[in-house]
Amino acid sequence: MPIQRWTLHLLRLLFPPQVLLPDIVAIDIGLTVAVIVIGVYLTRTRRWGWLWHEWITTVDHKKIGIMYLIAALIMLFRGGVDALMIRSQLIAPNAHFMGAQQYDEVFTTHGTVMIFFMAMPMVFALFNATVPLMIGARDVAFPRLNAISFWLFAFGAILLNMSFSIGGSPSAGWMSYPPYSELLYNPGVGENYFLLSLQVAGIGTIATGINFLVTILRMRAPGMSLSKIPVFVWSALITSSLVLFAFPPLTVALGLTMLDRVFGASFFTIAHQGMPMMYVNLFWIFGHPEVYILVMPAFGVFSEVVPTFSRKPLFGYEAMVGSLLAISFLGYGTWVHHFFEMGAGPSVNVFFGLSTMLIAIPTGVKMFNWIFTMWGGRIRLTVPMLWQLAFIPTFVVGGATGIMLAAVPGDYQYHNSYFLIAHFHNVILGGTVFGMLSGMYYWWPKMFGWKLNQRQGTWAFALFVSGFWLTFMPQYFLGFEGMTRRMATYPAGLGWTTLNLWSTVGAFVMGAGFLVMVYNILWSRRYRDWDVTGDPWDGRTLEWSLPSPAPEYNFARIPMVQSRDEWWAMKQEGRTDEVKISATTVHPIHMPRNSAMPIMLAFAFFVGAIGLIFAWFWMAILGGLGVIAALAYGSFADYSEVEIDAKHVLQTEAQLGRVES
Amino acid sequence: MSTTTSTLPPEFQDNMESIRIMGFWIFLTTDLVLFGSLFAVYVVFRSLVGLGPTPHQLFVIGPVLTETLILLTSSFTCSLSLYSARINRVPGAIAWLIVTLGLGMSFVLLEIHEFASDVLNGHTWHQSAFLSAFFTLVGTHGGHVSVGVGWAIMLAIQIGLKGLTLTTRRKLYAFALYWHFLDIVWIFIFTVVYLSGIA
Repeated sequence: MPIQRWTLHLLRLLFPPQVLLPDIVAIDIGLTVAVIVIGVYLTRTRRWGWLWHEWITTVDHKKIGIMYLIAALIMLFRGGVDALMIRSQLIAPNAHFMGAQQYDEVFTTHGTVMIFFMAMPMVFALFNATVPLMIGARDVAFPRLNAISFWLFAFGAILLNMSFSIGGSPSAGWMSYPPYSELLYNPGVGENYFLLSLQVAGIGTIATGINFLVTILRMRAPGMSLSKIPVFVWSALITSSLVLFAFPPLTVALGLTMLDRVFGASFFTIAHQGMPMMYVNLFWIFGHPEVYILVMPAFGVFSEVVPTFSRKPLFGYEAMVGSLLAISFLGYGTWVHHFFEMGAGPSVNVFFGLSTMLIAIPTGVKMFNWIFTMWGGRIRLTVPMLWQLAFIPTFVVGGATGIMLAAVPGDYQYHNSYFLIAHFHNVILGGTVFGMLSGMYYWWPKMFGWKLNQRQGTWAFALFVSGFWLTFMPQYFLGFEGMTRRMATYPAGLGWTTLNLWSTVGAFVMGAGFLVMVYNILWSRRYRDWDVTGDPWDGRTLEWSLPSPAPEYNFARIPMVQSRDEWWAMKQEGRTDEVKISATTVHPIHMPRNSAMPIMLAFAFFVGAIGLIFAWFWMAILGGLGVIAALAYGSFADYSEVEIDAKHVLQTEAQLGRVES
Repeated sequence: MSTTTSTLPPEFQDNMESIRIMGFWIFLTTDLVLFGSLFAVYVVFRSLVGLGPTPHQLFVIGPVLTETLILLTSSFTCSLSLYSARINRVPGAIAWLIVTLGLGMSFVLLEIHEFASDVLNGHTWHQSAFLSAFFTLVGTHGGHVSVGVGWAIMLAIQIGLKGLTLTTRRKLYAFALYWHFLDIVWIFIFTVVYLSGIA
């Protein structure tokens, strides 16, 4: 019975014992029910066409930004649940809430989801939502490529999230060091899911980097020289260039591991003279710039939020830009500090230790500049500003413990202990996540047209930040007490029990903060507080000169920029009528046309990736052919534009009250 | 302004097309970093031969020299295609493009032949870290050339169907950039992998 045997083999491959745990099966059932409910709802309300035309095939940067944001919040939930599972396991000694294998899978997906599928899309959500508006452009340089980037990210995220119900999750940690990630020690398809999902999403990330670099360099409104762009746009520019140089080494590191696992090469195996440390070097040549890719946009957000809510121009614009550049440059020369124990010798370690410590100087410059911007300003404690104020002490503590880790002899003591865990959560959560949430609250009215309730936002903030400190401060001490990372459980009597208990309590407080934030969003959507002015915060930069949300063409009239905080200057000098149009000045506007090609291309990548994950080469080839077909279709179909005629523009603007009488 | 721009080729005079060319340049920098990483891996791994052959034992210079000459010539014919487009000769542009992709194909075939004979001699990339790095670096370049051949075929068809529009001119220019870039990468492969391996 070859067919029967074949089916049995397939079932064993798709559903190994590790995906048949009761909790996973329960989640599978829940997800299936959710998909059916959503499908029925869309059919009942006849929304499939709307979904396809308005969202799935869109090339509008504002809608793509919203899709990134929703995806990032869903992934924050998923990664957060992973974190709570980890903390539940560690609440008391000898707890066996999860087995060691499942524990490994959970911390691996926690790290991978949070870095690649929560923080990165959150950053890109804000870039997409605001950068073209801030520089006076009608869209990004390559709108269709932008949609391709999003769908590649989305299918990458689907791949990684599929792994826990089909085939088994990766378990080698978010860095996936060989030789443990090699086939010999890590059989099954879990690790392949990790490699391919990051590869697919990574292609999209590189494309986004190219897109925003060109957009900022070439699509600025007349008069807006590089010395006049908002600092958030500078951070987007620098982040994009970091992506260009950081992601290809990751592509190589992941690709070589895949060749080892799926095609039998010998890069990182111990046999045949492979060299695992090569992977570690390549990974961190990517990985260290990656942390700056994540934190620079947060610096950018704060450089917008602080001036707005202090009613003062940013203190030391040049120093802010210079320090961003300095950090991005130094960030490439620090990767070895992740593995001082490699044995490269004292001179190499001292170089990388010093280059790491140097980064504290430009970062300190930024801290002082934000504080000096607030100095003597009229500060309003809105939710975005609260996140910024929480960021300053949090990031200073994270930075100081980073200096401790950069000291080579010290690092030999606390490397890979909970001290390290506390440090990087301190900077990534306290830097990136605080920054992105600040930016989300700040630009929410611009993205959706209504404001988020301030009181609920403050509660979410208070719970999240106090939960954060309660979670991670005990972990520094756990590190000093000798608790290493990735321990599935620990015995009693080592002095770790109380500290772990507090840490777990903190994690649940943080989780409560997230729930309040979701409630805040849903409540504010139910009882909408419309932003009719387009300028709810009394803002300074060009995006606030537009209605909320901006019309599809953004600017009916491209502004002539004269100063750094152009919209503020317009308001001060009584030039706000400059944004209005009249029947004589209105022109037809050309906008890119929607396209189904991006999702087709990303789907072909998805099919090919599944083929490689399960080593079904016919399927991988099928996916490859699909990629070629989608590219050819995109190339032969003329890159078409739609014309929005002048009358329509005039009508839209008149409804918004932006036509001169 | 107008006097200086009028001497520029059409694909640079149009703002959107020149933005797309800039985007392609930036894409090439990412590809450069990709190859840079693979070169770094190769340089570290070339002495890690395990029980397999050393570079000196593996390489035969004859076919590699032929491949080099073919690829360098194809870079020249690629420029001729671009030149024909600049002087508005559609048949010339297509014909030189076809010559270029023909040369590219023969390069790929020679490389496949070299790889196949290595494998038939038992030197698969499973055998040593050096062989893994060698096949991956050179194969990634060969893969790029194969993609370029496919691209050139579609481009030739497109120029045949649509003529020399602003868009097809820009695409031809981008293809030429890509092709020359691969040529430069090959020169480094020829030197770092083959010549220093044989020496």
